Amino acid sequence: MTIHKGRGFACINYPIGMNLGGDPAQALVHSTPDGKFMVALSAIDLGQGMKSVTRQIAAETIGVPVEDVYVDTADSDTGPHDMGSFASRGTHRVGNAVIRASAEARKQMMEAAAEELEVNAADLDTDGKGNIHVKGAPSRSITVAETAIAAQFKQGRTLAGRGIFLIPPSEANPETGEQTPVTCFAHAALVVEVEVDDETGDVEVTAINSAYEVGRALNPKLVEQQLIGGAWMGVSHALYETTEPYYPARDHGPEDFNTYLMPGPGQIVPHHIAVLERPAEDAPFGGKGPGEMCANPVLPAVANAVYNAVGVRCDRLPITPEKVLRGIRANGGARPKGRA
Amino acid sequence: MPKTPLTFTLNDGEVAVFVDPGASLIDVLRRGVGDLTPKQGCAQGTCGACTVLIDGKPHLSCLTLAETVEGRRIDTTAGLAGGPNLHPLQKAFMEGFSAQCGFCTSGMLMASKALLDRTPNPTRDEVIEAISGNLCRCTGYEPIVDAILSAAQQGGAR
Repeated sequence: MTIHKGRGFACINYPIGMNLGGDPAQALVHSTPDGKFMVALSAIDLGQGMKSVTRQIAAETIGVPVEDVYVDTADSDTGPHDMGSFASRGTHRVGNAVIRASAEARKQMMEAAAEELEVNAADLDTDGKGNIHVKGAPSRSITVAETAIAAQFKQGRTLAGRGIFLIPPSEANPETGEQTPVTCFAHAALVVEVEVDDETGDVEVTAINSAYEVGRALNPKLVEQQLIGGAWMGVSHALYETTEPYYPARDHGPEDFNTYLMPGPGQIVPHHIAVLERPAEDAPFGGKGPGEMCANPVLPAVANAVYNAVGVRCDRLPITPEKVLRGIRANGGARPKGRA
Repeated sequence: MPKTPLTFTLNDGEVAVFVDPGASLIDVLRRGVGDLTPKQGCAQGTCGACTVLIDGKPHLSCLTLAETVEGRRIDTTAGLAGGPNLHPLQKAFMEGFSAQCGFCTSGMLMASKALLDRTPNPTRDEVIEAISGNLCRCTGYEPIVDAILSAAQQGGAR
């Protein structure tokens, strides 16, 4: 029995959202009478941080503290339309819609404040702490709360905004077939290290080293959290998870959590991450969003690492001990492909 | 079938309810008492999301017959915080970004509370062992293990 070490590499260019067919997102923003702002979305927070990041985007755009913004993603029956949480589109598509809605709400807020201060709205600025003041004269100011009260109870106007973000579908050139499938790509490269037991066929991932370029990391801790969790899911797909191990035969398929194999806390892989920030031009504050691409490149990197370790090329997932052993046997023994 | 009277202690409060014979503890807690912190994931004792403490020990409330807790003490995540003050474990989970969808969090907190109550300074392996009955699909487990160790350093056994 020998433990063979192997190293595999993979990289990914990941399209943010879907362009063909549109992929729009909408946002509505309105103020409450006490100068807080509500952002209504149908985008869903599955734990990836949709609420946190749209809250930051709205606060930054309106010019108020993040504590004064609430994000409501309650209900696709009653909220503004959104395509959903998929394709790494949330930060980019919804964030852009939130910027547009927030910019309109800010414009109305500044006009209401200008009327109260008897100045031109173009001469006003926000301090991000809940105050609106005349540029260059911070003492001539009014709070956002006072502005909202004046707007609603005196001026009879709303502080609200509507936003939609839509990249129209790109038509294919009939001569060349050329088209623009997507406007914004995120990128990553990662190296996976494995140990393969040539007697049992067991594969253990021992380290992941990755570099992700996801535009500006609008919330760095949320980005890191997604990358760590997503890579774990990638390892899980590469080595463990399947509903039909002998597809198309249904034999030995798992039926519940008892028999559906996943790595547990005992199989934590050390993951070293470098996040490179290259703000995207058409992205909200440059943020593209990690999303699905956290998991994707892990699978080919693991497959390449197994090939590097024992010379077995698995083209079906997951890479189970059985497949590794069959491959080793077909090759007449482990055939390491170079120094790991 | 007639219902059975059942009394037990839930997070320092006394509970008296009538339960259907054969009802599971999680159903009584969620539907009967209204404590929604234990989560029902698999309903077969595999995922650990329903973990509660019975007399200080972690149990799967989906597999526990409610009638067996007569006179005993149940602790759930609802009783972890003292007013506005979060339990050190809750604080460490929050600061360590140890939850994404949050469905496993309640069970993770109770499993790790049981650990820290009996082993205030656990090793990393002891933490892993303590939460090995709890499934998480989002975090990759590492942020959870780190948070439990961090809470232990802050005096997590409270």
